[in-house]
Amino acid sequence: MDDGPTLEQIAQGDGLALCAAGPWTAGFAPVLERIVADAETLTGSRPNIFIDVSQISKLDTFGAWLIERLRRGLTHGNVEAKIAGLSANYASLVDEVRRVPAAEPTAARQNALITLLEDIGRNVVGFGTTLTDLIGMLGAVLAASGRVLRHPRSFRLTSTVHHLEQVCWRAVPIIVLITFLIGCIISQQGIFHFRKFGADIFVVDMLGVLVLREIGVLLVAIMVAGRSGSAYTAELGSMKMREEIDALRTMGFDPVEVLILPRMLALVIALPILAFLGAMAALYGGGLVAWLYGGVQPEAFLIRLRDAISIDHFVVGMIKAPVMAAVIGIVACVEGLAVQGSAESLGQRTTSSVVKGIFFVIVMDGVFAIFFATIGM
Amino acid sequence: MAGDRSDPIIRVHDVSVQFGVTKVLDGLSLDVKRGEILGFVGPSGAGKSVLTRTIIGLVPKIAGSIEVFGVDLDAADESARRAIERRWGVLFQQGALFSSLNVRQNIQFPVREYLNVSQRLLDEITIAKLGMVGLRPEVADRYPSELSGGMIKRVALARALALDPELVFLDEPTSGLDPIGAGDFDDLVRTLQRTLGLTVFMVTHDLDSLHTACDRIAVLGNGKIIAAGSMADMLASSHPWLRAYFHGKRARAVVG
Ligand SMILES: Nc1ncnc2c1ncn2[C@@H]1O[C@H](COP(=O)(O)OP(=O)(O)OP(=O)(O)O)[C@@H](O)[C@H]1O
Ligand SMILES: [Mg+2]
Repeated sequence: MDDGPTLEQIAQGDGLALCAAGPWTAGFAPVLERIVADAETLTGSRPNIFIDVSQISKLDTFGAWLIERLRRGLTHGNVEAKIAGLSANYASLVDEVRRVPAAEPTAARQNALITLLEDIGRNVVGFGTTLTDLIGMLGAVLAASGRVLRHPRSFRLTSTVHHLEQVCWRAVPIIVLITFLIGCIISQQGIFHFRKFGADIFVVDMLGVLVLREIGVLLVAIMVAGRSGSAYTAELGSMKMREEIDALRTMGFDPVEVLILPRMLALVIALPILAFLGAMAALYGGGLVAWLYGGVQPEAFLIRLRDAISIDHFVVGMIKAPVMAAVIGIVACVEGLAVQGSAESLGQRTTSSVVKGIFFVIVMDGVFAIFFATIGM
Repeated sequence: MAGDRSDPIIRVHDVSVQFGVTKVLDGLSLDVKRGEILGFVGPSGAGKSVLTRTIIGLVPKIAGSIEVFGVDLDAADESARRAIERRWGVLFQQGALFSSLNVRQNIQFPVREYLNVSQRLLDEITIAKLGMVGLRPEVADRYPSELSGGMIKRVALARALALDPELVFLDEPTSGLDPIGAGDFDDLVRTLQRTLGLTVFMVTHDLDSLHTACDRIAVLGNGKIIAAGSMADMLASSHPWLRAYFHGKRARAVVG
């Protein structure tokens, strides 16, 4: 019997009965919508139209709503269409949907050009607020450090050590491996091209300066931004989402002091260590390739390296490292605290934490290059 | 409405669930009949949510078997499982709304996935479902993080009911609702049971709900069902926990 839903028109005197039959359920929604749309054209054609639902074999919310939609459609002026033959079972469901307010038109779509301009405007303003947020966070972290210096007991040693393990100790293998490989590549490329001028040995100068001064720190900072900056943002962001940060605040704790300061400190300690290990690994890899591929004996490599680089190169790298760590940490924490309630926003913030972290690290590197060139270091 | 009333829609047989060394369910057996509203009670941490999640297949069991709609879910293949999942709705204790979708999209999500319905009908049905759970249409455009605790419950219920399922699992649906809202909820469940032949598996601590909405009550304790039966059976029971639960200070106000 359940072939499909139908709606038959039966004339009764000056009235018209619309007899619904069969299953009026969600599975038949497309058919039902067509039937109802067809029947709605009858509105006002007769003085008295009613819907007879006694033959319906199965009804769910979708069917009940479509009957209600039809009833509203058929209602003409102040003549209200009626529903007849409603069994007690279905009556309450139909009553439920009868209370549904009429659908209101949805807001008109905006012009694409205007949306684009709006987006650009928002992004420009957003960049400005990013800068002020970063400076604000820097201030908050410094203030918290000041408080901790005055009351050393409030310093979170356990937490700091825990984060140090995460961002420093556990990062050592991957950082050493990658910088080792980079050192190999630089050395190989240098020898390959310098050999044309018979200047093989200068590869040691290039390797030493590049690794200790620039690439070592920059590369490690970029890796740390991707590895630990993203983790910080995700941790803080999910805590923000679940109101854990609000809970901390209501208990009288300062989230900056409890959550952010230990993370920042861990990062500021970790990055110079990682940069140093990375530089050593890169020099080692470079030396190895110079020996095996370029025929530069290890003794010659070391003597040349000692002549080529001064302590300044190393100091420059070590000065840059903690500053870059602070930049990465502040960006990550600002982004983490900016997470809104949704999983999507957590993803967006984590992405932007890494992107902005790397961007600011490179900008800082440029600023440092100018600075050190000016003071002649 | 549908078919044989005595035929169980959920059959849980001798199920055990363990986390690490703690056994939460220990040889539990329970049948839920088609078309009934089963209230499931027990102390906090007894394993009510765990049983619900085990039946749905989210928690692995170490022993026993579970049949839903007469199908053993362990033996069922992917398509059979999907067919069954389309026929049930679940309200999680914490709501579990999709945080990146607004209320309207949350409710429409399962419908879009399973049914071929026009956008207009989809929008109207969303408003209808929201109305049924007692929410105003303007809530439809808000995101879960912008809702109150009770509103989250209601939206989650609307989503669980979106496909007009035959079976719904409700984990504490009335907690966080005001008493009037909870009463409306009981009426709604009754209405849906009568019209759609809905079967309800409801974990609840709400004595009013147990009283007015539930046909049968099952009590969980020590990993087993310690009692199952009508409200009258519960009141007559001499089990100490049941006496404390149904004859306690708070219960007396309801039961009298
Ligand atoms: N994923 C899990 N891992 C370990 N233990 C769990 C896990 N989920 C639940 N438990 C434990 O199982 C027990 C039962 O938990 P469950 O959430 O089912 O309680 P409940 O009966 O629903 O309580 P309530 O009424 O408070 O919601 C608890 O002791 C809980 O700690
Ligand atoms: Mg629970």
